[in-house]
Amino acid sequence: MDNALPLHNYLNEPRGLKSWLFTHDHKRIGIMYLWAILAAFALGGTFALLIRFELLRPGPDIMTAETYNKMFTLHGAIMVFLFIIPSVPAALGNFILPLMIGAKDVAFPRLNLASWYIYVTGAILALYSIISGAVDTGWTFYTPYSTQTTTHVISMTFAVFILGFSSIFTGLNFIVTVHKLRAPGMTWFKMPLMVWALYATAVIQVLATPVLGITLVLLIFERLFHIGIFDPAMGGDPVLYQHFFWFYSHPAVYIMILPGMGIISELIATFSRKTIFGYRFVAFSSIAIALIGFFVWGHHMFVAGQSEAAAMVFSALTFLVAIPSAVKVFNWMTTLYKGQISFDTPMLYALWFMCTFTIGGLTGIFLGALSVDVHLHDTYFVVAHFHYVMMGGAVMAMLGGLHYWWPKMFGRMYNETLGRIAAVLIFIGFNLTFFPQFILGAQGMPRRYFDYVPEFTSLHRLSTYGSWVMATGFICMAISLFSAFRRGRIAGNNPWGALSLEWTTTSPPPVENFAETPIITHGPHDYDQIIVPSTLAGR
Amino acid sequence: MDTTKSFFLPSEGSTFAPDVDALFHFVLWVSVAFFAVIMVMTIIFVIKYRRRGAAPVLTPGFHHHTTLELGWIFIPLVLVGIVFVWGFKGFMALNVVPKDAMEIKVSAQKWFWSFTYPDGFNTIDTLVVPAGKPVRLLMSSQDVIHSFYVPDFRMKRDVLPNRYSIAWFEAPNPGDHHLFCAEYCGKGHSEMHGRVRVLGEREYSEWVEKSAFSGEGMSLEEYGSHLFASKACITCHKLDGSAGTGPALPGAFGTQVQLTGGSTVLMDENYIRESILSPQAKVVAGFQPVMPTFQGLLKAHEIDALVAYIKSLQKPKPSGN
Amino acid sequence: MSQTASHSAHVAHHFADAEQQRESAKLGMWIFLLTEILLFGGLFCAYAIYRAWYPQMFYNAHKALDVTLGGINTVVLITSSVTMALAIRSMQQDKRRATIINLALTLVLAGVFLVIKFFEYRHKFHLGQLPGMYYTYTGIKGSNPHIFFSVYFMMTGLHGFHVIGGMAMISWLLIRTARGEFSSAYYTPVEMTGLYWHLVDMIWIFLFPLLYLIG
Repeated sequence: MDNALPLHNYLNEPRGLKSWLFTHDHKRIGIMYLWAILAAFALGGTFALLIRFELLRPGPDIMTAETYNKMFTLHGAIMVFLFIIPSVPAALGNFILPLMIGAKDVAFPRLNLASWYIYVTGAILALYSIISGAVDTGWTFYTPYSTQTTTHVISMTFAVFILGFSSIFTGLNFIVTVHKLRAPGMTWFKMPLMVWALYATAVIQVLATPVLGITLVLLIFERLFHIGIFDPAMGGDPVLYQHFFWFYSHPAVYIMILPGMGIISELIATFSRKTIFGYRFVAFSSIAIALIGFFVWGHHMFVAGQSEAAAMVFSALTFLVAIPSAVKVFNWMTTLYKGQISFDTPMLYALWFMCTFTIGGLTGIFLGALSVDVHLHDTYFVVAHFHYVMMGGAVMAMLGGLHYWWPKMFGRMYNETLGRIAAVLIFIGFNLTFFPQFILGAQGMPRRYFDYVPEFTSLHRLSTYGSWVMATGFICMAISLFSAFRRGRIAGNNPWGALSLEWTTTSPPPVENFAETPIITHGPHDYDQIIVPSTLAGR
Repeated sequence: MDTTKSFFLPSEGSTFAPDVDALFHFVLWVSVAFFAVIMVMTIIFVIKYRRRGAAPVLTPGFHHHTTLELGWIFIPLVLVGIVFVWGFKGFMALNVVPKDAMEIKVSAQKWFWSFTYPDGFNTIDTLVVPAGKPVRLLMSSQDVIHSFYVPDFRMKRDVLPNRYSIAWFEAPNPGDHHLFCAEYCGKGHSEMHGRVRVLGEREYSEWVEKSAFSGEGMSLEEYGSHLFASKACITCHKLDGSAGTGPALPGAFGTQVQLTGGSTVLMDENYIRESILSPQAKVVAGFQPVMPTFQGLLKAHEIDALVAYIKSLQKPKPSGN
Repeated sequence: MSQTASHSAHVAHHFADAEQQRESAKLGMWIFLLTEILLFGGLFCAYAIYRAWYPQMFYNAHKALDVTLGGINTVVLITSSVTMALAIRSMQQDKRRATIINLALTLVLAGVFLVIKFFEYRHKFHLGQLPGMYYTYTGIKGSNPHIFFSVYFMMTGLHGFHVIGGMAMISWLLIRTARGEFSSAYYTPVEMTGLYWHLVDMIWIFLFPLLYLIG
């Protein structure tokens, strides 16, 4: 057992502020992203709590309608563009991907640093937009409302445009890294499933984000120069905007969930000490989701005025894209069979994921069905659906990964007891907040509503109480994680007894990741053949 | 409004609703079944195979089973296939308008609905339709995208500017139903709340007669009072002295009114008329310029009646102790 | 190239050898080019849709474009792609001076392209053939002629922006070549910039017929 942190590691070597600001080390870049996305989550979450507080009762309570409209816009924009899209790829992925494949860094470290600064630039511009009066269009910026409103659309959309490049370059970097920098012996099918997931995500980032870029440029030019492309009075088409927007934004949701699914594979394998059931099916399902996901964008527009033929195709493909996700869930479940399961905090989040992501995914079936979607579109049912997959899915997975790799990143354990309490509070709070919203939506409550008819009051009230439970859970979680810096137990190389490459090096790792280039002799989850003891006393 | 019929869904107010609800419940129960299986299996496994003792052990194979994998690909594929076909059929029913439908023009704008009936009169925010007859809606927006949504009917359609979109429904029974705007359109998005009143055949004919009514048999002021309510002026211009989105009108006629920008205007017949047709021209100080224009929505005779009515409004007497 | 000289000056520390670095650079640049194609793809899509809706207007409006100037520009860009390829070839043969000349020629040709475009734009500004709400020209029949010019300016504008970016990269290459930073052992940046430049050329080769040669 180790009782001290390694003397030389990426955190203390090299020293000084400049060495961080100009670093090429993927681990340092990942950590910087991590603080940024956690701050973004706190900000976006604050807006959410304010929204839910306002919705405790019908009628205005603590804000006007205009302010409320800005709140839900900012909540969405911050959570999507500043938090969830970069969260797993740029924060966790940057840190862990090269380690998992036995590389010294990503393929283009300087590009990686550039991606970070591009993110910072976009974030600053977004903050400027918020402070100077914010936007009230919804995170989707639909025309013609977005071309007519007097709020600060240009600064916010330009910020998102810039953030897009951060995402594109990260994706580009990851694709080349996975293709070219794997350690000797690591064939594609010996890669951890996390790497498959990050790879599939990177493909989406690279192909979809440029389309968002050009869409936002067109929107900005429409506002600035009235080029008329989306303006019906000038012969343009507002629905064309929707097609362009969703062509990116639907694949974007797979950018959000795929890395999370990769994490779940790692967690379930490690904490049931079992190789993932159906490794190849899980690996290929990531690729399938990435590809099919490009062809379903029209399911956001079933009532917007597209042709029935188009609607039919989009509905069919939407159902098709559900199948690989289902395959993953079945495979994870079957992995547990005859495993040796422990309930550390990361595993709790993985188990919550199995529950809440499944609900989220199944409710997508309702929305893919054309006639039912006509009723449910733009209601709270949709809000509940995407929170179940994005928060109950991607965020739960991210939190699981965060706790899992926290000891690797910092060398010390978080507080396990408080971590479990926080996980339970978050799970209960999440379900209390969002399950009532399925009912609200199916009953007819539209979304983006500042006020509502009195018969929806009790469900809204329940949802708001749930948000307070969830917030408490997050506070406990923050305390648990940050307590690692003061009093956390020394983790050692491998606190979990896991088999992937990152656990063979020190915690925190040295600058060059590995003392010697690793040579791969077994698969990443071969728990049926190898036992590696934990470096954590008593585990 | 009708009370909710089932746990998830509101009452069934149209001929679409039963099929949509049936599909909804099919998906619901299939989902519940899959969810239950997954959760029960997961719980059983984590309990049965939980780690006992500190020492890790090797976990034997069962890494893959192609038949099982294909099975749980194929079975869900069949199930979603059923849902897809069923949903598509329902969607086509929603989109194919019966030939004998009566047509009502719908105009959406920030932030109210305006309905124009075959006989030429119109209503604001309340859509009145006969029971048991198909109604075709020809919809267009005056500004941004809105969406016409009646939850009880299970129908929704985006309403676009510079274009017509078409939807239809048939409500078999009399009743009252919520009408919501379902596409975010700005400050008053949640205020764009209307009603669909479904009337029995006889009541509907009576209502048509009454609405086509343009004030015969009553004084101009009485007709104006009737219009003040039916055209929804009263929503913003409260008559009881309480603060509203618009200035209080009782007692205002004949007085000098302070405008934003400092100038004043005499509240006379012309000012009232101008405010109805071009409300942004002279906005009263202290109020937001949000009054919509009624250009094209009121006939000249109706404007005359409203002017007469507003002229007649006395300041409300202060309440006694 | 010897594998034992695996960390000569130009090979970054995280690569096993020069070959891996070069392979990675090429893959990275191809992916980047793919993202550029998607970026322009949105505009090509908008073009296709609006041309399908207003085919007569597009035909009438495109006559406002000068086919001769457009044709010259096409030849200019193709030639610049040739000189760029020659620059790479020269570097492969360690002919530093020839590389510099070819890079300089590419730069000059790119400049010519931009100058011609400047004159085209200026002419349109004079006539009021401008995008969207700034359109004041009256000589084109058809509904909403400003749409053609919105599409024209957006597409050629974005393309021109990429030409400028390419010129900056080529200038940087010129400086580095003059400093002797490249040789037949290492000329990856020149090669990658060449790939980018060929894409810029390719995009124009699509733009030209779609905008200038309608009907």
